[in-house]
Amino acid sequence: MAFIRASSPHAHIANTTGDVMRWVLLATLPGFIVLSHFFGWGTLINVVLACLCALASEALVLALRKRPIIVYLKDGSALVTAILLALALPPYAPWWLVIIGTASAIILAKQLYGGLGYNPFNPAMVGYVILLISFPVEMTSWSIPQTLLSGGQSLPSLASALQLVFTGADTVDAYSGATPLDLFKTEQGLLVEQVYQRHALFSDAILAGVGWEWVNAAFLLGGLYLLYKRAFTWHGPVAMLAALALMSLLFYDGGSSNSGGTLWLHLFSGGTMLGAFFIITDPVSGATSNRGRIIFGAGVGILVYVIRVWGNYPDAVAFAVLLMNFAAPFIDYYTVPRTYGHKKSERATRSHDS
Amino acid sequence: MKQEQMIKVWDITGGIHPPENKDQSMGLPLAELSIPEELVFPLSQHIGAPARPVVAVGDAVLAGEKIAEAVGAMSVPVHASTSGTISAIEERTLPHASGMSGLCIVLASDGQHRFAEQTACADYRQLDVNTLLEKIRNAGIAGLGGAGFPTSLKLHTQQDSPIDTLILNGTECEPYITADHRLMLDFAQDVVAGTELLGFILGEPKRVVIGIEDNKPDAIAAIKHAVGDKAIEVAVFPTKYPSGGEKQLIQIITGQEVPSGKIPAALGIVMQNVGTAVAAYRAVRFGEALTYRITTVVGEALDTQRNIKVLLGTPVAHLLNENGFDSSQSSKLIMGGPMMGFALPSADVPVVKTTNCIIAPSVEEMPPAPPAQACIRCGLCAEACPASLLPQQLYWYAKAEEYERLQNYNLFDCIECGACSYVCPSTIPLVQYYRSAKGAIRQQEQEKVKSDHARQRFEFRKLRMERAEQEKEAKRLARKQAAEQAKQIAAERKAAASTQADAPDTVKDDPVAAALARVKAKEQDPAAQKAKLERALDSATSRVEKLQQRFVAAEADQKEKFEAQLKQAQLRLDDAKTKLQDFSTASQPNEVNLETNLKNNLENSLETKAKDSTASPEQTQSLKPAAAETMDAATAAIERAKAKTQSMAEMSPEEKLKAQLTALETRVQKAKEKLQKAEADGSEHVEALRTGLEKMTAKLVNTQEQLEQLSQ
Repeated sequence: MAFIRASSPHAHIANTTGDVMRWVLLATLPGFIVLSHFFGWGTLINVVLACLCALASEALVLALRKRPIIVYLKDGSALVTAILLALALPPYAPWWLVIIGTASAIILAKQLYGGLGYNPFNPAMVGYVILLISFPVEMTSWSIPQTLLSGGQSLPSLASALQLVFTGADTVDAYSGATPLDLFKTEQGLLVEQVYQRHALFSDAILAGVGWEWVNAAFLLGGLYLLYKRAFTWHGPVAMLAALALMSLLFYDGGSSNSGGTLWLHLFSGGTMLGAFFIITDPVSGATSNRGRIIFGAGVGILVYVIRVWGNYPDAVAFAVLLMNFAAPFIDYYTVPRTYGHKKSERATRSHDS
Repeated sequence: MKQEQMIKVWDITGGIHPPENKDQSMGLPLAELSIPEELVFPLSQHIGAPARPVVAVGDAVLAGEKIAEAVGAMSVPVHASTSGTISAIEERTLPHASGMSGLCIVLASDGQHRFAEQTACADYRQLDVNTLLEKIRNAGIAGLGGAGFPTSLKLHTQQDSPIDTLILNGTECEPYITADHRLMLDFAQDVVAGTELLGFILGEPKRVVIGIEDNKPDAIAAIKHAVGDKAIEVAVFPTKYPSGGEKQLIQIITGQEVPSGKIPAALGIVMQNVGTAVAAYRAVRFGEALTYRITTVVGEALDTQRNIKVLLGTPVAHLLNENGFDSSQSSKLIMGGPMMGFALPSADVPVVKTTNCIIAPSVEEMPPAPPAQACIRCGLCAEACPASLLPQQLYWYAKAEEYERLQNYNLFDCIECGACSYVCPSTIPLVQYYRSAKGAIRQQEQEKVKSDHARQRFEFRKLRMERAEQEKEAKRLARKQAAEQAKQIAAERKAAASTQADAPDTVKDDPVAAALARVKAKEQDPAAQKAKLERALDSATSRVEKLQQRFVAAEADQKEKFEAQLKQAQLRLDDAKTKLQDFSTASQPNEVNLETNLKNNLENSLETKAKDSTASPEQTQSLKPAAAETMDAATAAIERAKAKTQSMAEMSPEEKLKAQLTALETRVQKAKEKLQKAEADGSEHVEALRTGLEKMTAKLVNTQEQLEQLSQ
């Protein structure tokens, strides 16, 4: 009788790329719940819109590229991109903002480069940066966390939330407010202590801004779950958080009006934890080796601080990640691990004259 | 109770923990099979040159009898594993990943299993090392762990690199395989005795270690018991695949790494599989040739899963059938382990020296790998790689066939353990990519060696040809010099002959001078001369005419093409000129030189026109009359030259010479002027003109001398 001929190994671990993507989706759940708790239906609408748009965009390009659509959609990578972008966008953002962002992420940043595994830049962050540069007003209109809403106000109902998103009703202003990083940047004339006293966003918070500290804690939790599942190694996230912590400790200067902000402000507000565990851990656009990942993560951490404190944008995870995406191949060339039986690690670019 | 002491071990980087699946085959004791009717012995069951048959079809052989002998050092003999008759020596499918065929000796067993005589040796310490190595080699022993490296060769160490560590590999890190586990349990004494034998052969290394993974506590206990107080360490280390790889086990036990591209002996380390040690011991102690081995027969497609003491050459089908193989459940047959073993093309291949395991899995047990997805560079493979390679980069460059990059990423340090493929969430057959890339690089290198060789050969040939050419040239020069000398001598003698009466005899005496005289006479034949010149002139004229016509006809857009043709024509004219100049040194120079001048003129006018045409193509039309004029002038000059030659042919020698002299004087004068002009213009023809002038001057002097001689 004839037997199947296959190359060794004949055994495989049960995990698949699809599984990894599903873990990531699962790990975003705490962050999603906390965001919804503080900001209402807006986050869910973002997520739904982004997911639909991502699947449609991916299917469209796959059809144009004559690839089996269902097979590729099943790997879940488009959904991961969509959800990460949706969680980073302001709740109640106009529908077209989400659509443009997601379509750019999937079509421009991912499929035009060849699809999953070939994109040099993190698709979600490309989408985010395109939106941030093109529509700065919409992108910086975050809503007020529900615990800070004044007397008669409450979070919009699902119906009014949908109305907000799809018709752009003029009630937007009623709900919009600054993020902690925004606030900190606009109040630069004040001592850190004064900023914290004057604004309920800080004074009502434990560490780094009402709502935001919990959002970040939730993403940290999800990240730890992924670390436990070995979806990625600790090198990138730890390096990024350590570099960011180090920078904020170095430039805190006791809280003067020139201070860069506290350690906690930097670690637990804005997109820090989402970036550390869900964005820079994207293996496709990151560095390859563990040593490379440490350098990559540390680079992101430093850039996040630099752009937040000395740059024009309140938050900086997206820019920092894209800049380091640029540097990833360069890092790879110089961080090839030392192979067994070799005295030292060699550069990948050395030439063979012999 | 003896004091247990833990032996320090190191960790390897990477590694994986696949399901061990070792219990299935350890439940039953070691078994033996019925003797198969037909046994097949491939001549190549080891690394190195295939053995050479020493039996013929029809020969009766006994168990343990040599049926094929080693060819060279990197080879081992093959022995019959039972008694019977050689029924064929033919190509059969080999147990190899490729499913290729190879020469095999086929034995029809007689079922009696009669043994050949064996020479026992009670105390091998009385023998010298070379005798022991020869015994091991003659017993056909090659690494039983799976590689099949000739054991005696591995034990044969060089004087300048002494071995200080002997490691016995009882790791058996691959899932499913328990052959060595069973061996260590059932033959612990033999394992220790074999270890001692190998230690003796290697000159009693400082460290002798038996390494066993901690998932075999009973084997560890058995070996420790057998070791007793002997100076043998038993190193126990955590279970992790691929700890049993030679390089990995060396790292675990010594903390050292085998340098890339080197063998363990470079570190003073020799490693042998425990099964090999037992076989070597039995070969030396009892004179047993390698005729059987322990093979794990396992998989859910079998009724009984166990270890078998199987005769080498036994067809896998026989092995399976005697263990209740259900072919309907199976889709795959693997020889070796699930990580590094290979899929068998069919069950009609024999068990060989390296067959440590046969897996007949059910479909559910080892489902085919799902189709590969895109690599997301998750890096799990890099985490798993025991050689600290970057498998995802290797995959990327293997796919792109960037071989230099692959070598930069140390592809050749890949041991093909399969850990990367095992963990890959996209189920990419990484190892397959590496194997194929390695093959392609090796082939490329072979081709490079070949082409380098060819280039060397070509260059050497060129050099040789050049040298031959130089030698020829040197000879030619020597001949020319000799001829000139002879000419000089002849001239001197001729001069002498005018004063002495016996001159003609002297000329006759000199054959070179005589030959020269003959040639000269021939050259001086005016009719032949004229005919030759006319032919040359005709062809030159017609060529020039054609060119003129074409030049006139040429349109502006064809100028370039025409220029090229003109250039070619010029080259030909140059050639003709040189020939004619050479000719002009002979005795009838006037006409020739005239012709040369004429041609020079023509050439110059053509050149000028070509230049004009490139400068301003629209002038072509106006050039037409000028070209026609030149043509007329040329024809007229040729006519004049012909007439002159005719008249000269009718002159007396003295008159001839005088006329020549006058003509030469004029020509020398003209040539001088021309040269001056050329020098002033910095023309590239200066050299040619100067040579021409020199020749002419020489000729002039010569003619004057001749005239003087005649007039005397």
